[in-house]
Amino acid sequence: MTEQGAAVVQLSGVDKTFFRGDQPVTTALQGIDLSIRGREFVSLIGPSGCGKSTLLRLIGDLVGPTSGKIVVNGKPASQARRDRDYGMVFQAPVLFDWRTIADNVGLPLEVMGYDATRRTTRTKEMLDLVELSDFGHHHPWQLSGGMQQRVAIARALAFEPSILLMDEPFGALDEMTRERMNQEVQRIWQQTGTTIVFVTHSIPEAVFLSSRVVVMSARPGRITKVIDIDLPRPRNDDTRETERYFELVTEVREVLRGRGVAPGDPDAAAADGDALASLRRTQAEGAVG
Amino acid sequence: MASSARTRVARSSPRVSVSGRPRAVLTFVGFIFLIFVVWEGSKLIGGTPWRPLGSVPGAGVVFWDPPLQWDFANDLNLPHVWTIAYALGQPFQRGVPGTLAEHLFGAAMYTWREAALGFALGTILGLVLATAFVHSRLLERAFVPYVVASQTVPIIALAPMIVFALGQNVMSVVVISMYLTFFPVTIAMIRGLRSFDPRALELMRSYAASDRTIYRKLRFPASLPYLFTALKIGATASIVGAIIGEDTGSIQAGLGRIISTFNSYYITGPEKLWAAILAAALLGMAFFTCVRAVEHLALRGRSLEVAA
Repeated sequence: MTEQGAAVVQLSGVDKTFFRGDQPVTTALQGIDLSIRGREFVSLIGPSGCGKSTLLRLIGDLVGPTSGKIVVNGKPASQARRDRDYGMVFQAPVLFDWRTIADNVGLPLEVMGYDATRRTTRTKEMLDLVELSDFGHHHPWQLSGGMQQRVAIARALAFEPSILLMDEPFGALDEMTRERMNQEVQRIWQQTGTTIVFVTHSIPEAVFLSSRVVVMSARPGRITKVIDIDLPRPRNDDTRETERYFELVTEVREVLRGRGVAPGDPDAAAADGDALASLRRTQAEGAVG
Repeated sequence: MASSARTRVARSSPRVSVSGRPRAVLTFVGFIFLIFVVWEGSKLIGGTPWRPLGSVPGAGVVFWDPPLQWDFANDLNLPHVWTIAYALGQPFQRGVPGTLAEHLFGAAMYTWREAALGFALGTILGLVLATAFVHSRLLERAFVPYVVASQTVPIIALAPMIVFALGQNVMSVVVISMYLTFFPVTIAMIRGLRSFDPRALELMRSYAASDRTIYRKLRFPASLPYLFTALKIGATASIVGAIIGEDTGSIQAGLGRIISTFNSYYITGPEKLWAAILAAALLGMAFFTCVRAVEHLALRGRSLEVAA
């Protein structure tokens, strides 16, 4: 997908502070400016506690910002949620175990009042899309973790949301399954033309999938750098062995470590991986308690 | 909530299969047989001298004279199993048509209808209370202590008050049954209606689902295993409540009255009281089994079927 539309997600000056009672406990995000265009695949990457999941939830209006503005499809995020512009995929599949696979995929359609015929058709299309047509009558526990996650993706896409928000969707899968799922997501993204915002811990995953990688630093969560990924599509296993791919993985890694950023930049020190992030968290909590 | 955790549990412990059912029946039969052996075994060692069925106590042929004399095992305290079985086939009362078994069956059905009505109403009350409590922390904090306190009053003390308030009629029996059923349902459902995966709630919110839809599609279905656990407790409790209620409320047609009558005339026919107790126990088990059958249907296909 080289063709890209206008900005569908626009965050300007977004801060998010969590409070306990009246006391600010954590500044999760500070000064976030980000613009995501239509049909883009944007990954958010950063150390634990950098607020990337919070940023995703802000876009999806599952939490509200402390200050700043979030505009989605030209309207406030809360309106976009009410208009059902979002599909959500979490780290766990979160399938309802009392429903069959087909009924799980059809859940959002039931909630949104699709009639039975349209529901059946759409569910079938979605199961075809994730290549699970034969499993419609199974129950979630009968499927492997990777298959369950594909069901979750099918469910998220069933009502054709314009934006798909994915929160570490493959974090619980093994490396092999994960790489296969990455291929799968790329294919689905190209087939459906949905805008995807993707939170991940994995640098290779972010580089392989994205059109842009947003690198974040922790405490407070900020955007350190946005890196364009110019690898040609469709990407496949060979892509993972090209020089450009390695360069980009290295670039993301160095930005994460705090190199490749202009010296004197205050964010550079804050972005030094998980150890520092958790140390800072401990200090922050100590100061609060 | 099918998270991957559940899936793992499902894989390591397969569901109760069809081949598991005959084994359960076999275990049950074995258990009954064990009771029989212990029962008649103690009578063999320490009971009253054994005489043929239907003979007057103290007269007739003695074909076994136990070596010891245990009070608990004599014919008054522990009649022979076959004496009880024999009594079931005898007339219920002089001048009244029908055998004891027929009368017990009729009485059990009558009691069951009262209990089932109380059970149904208690379930509804429990569901309404739990639904209110999970939607309002304020209501929960204000009223749950009273729900708990209500159960600390012994039913024996409360039953006469209910009968006094509502009169000696079936309604007071139903209310007593309800009183014993609503509690387990309320407590279990406060938990059950919150037992969903929190991410499932985010998912529903991302669909802009209303509270009512969230209740129907997520909270309630997720709570069903909890509900059925409570219903199985409630089923047996409602029978106990109905029997106590019938006794207090002087309802003639049910098991409660029969039990109290046979209790009064125990000396003349201990086997009759035992037969009535057996009927009450069977009724409780039958109701429990019904609820369990519904549970199996309702939870069919889930990763974790409730086992007991």
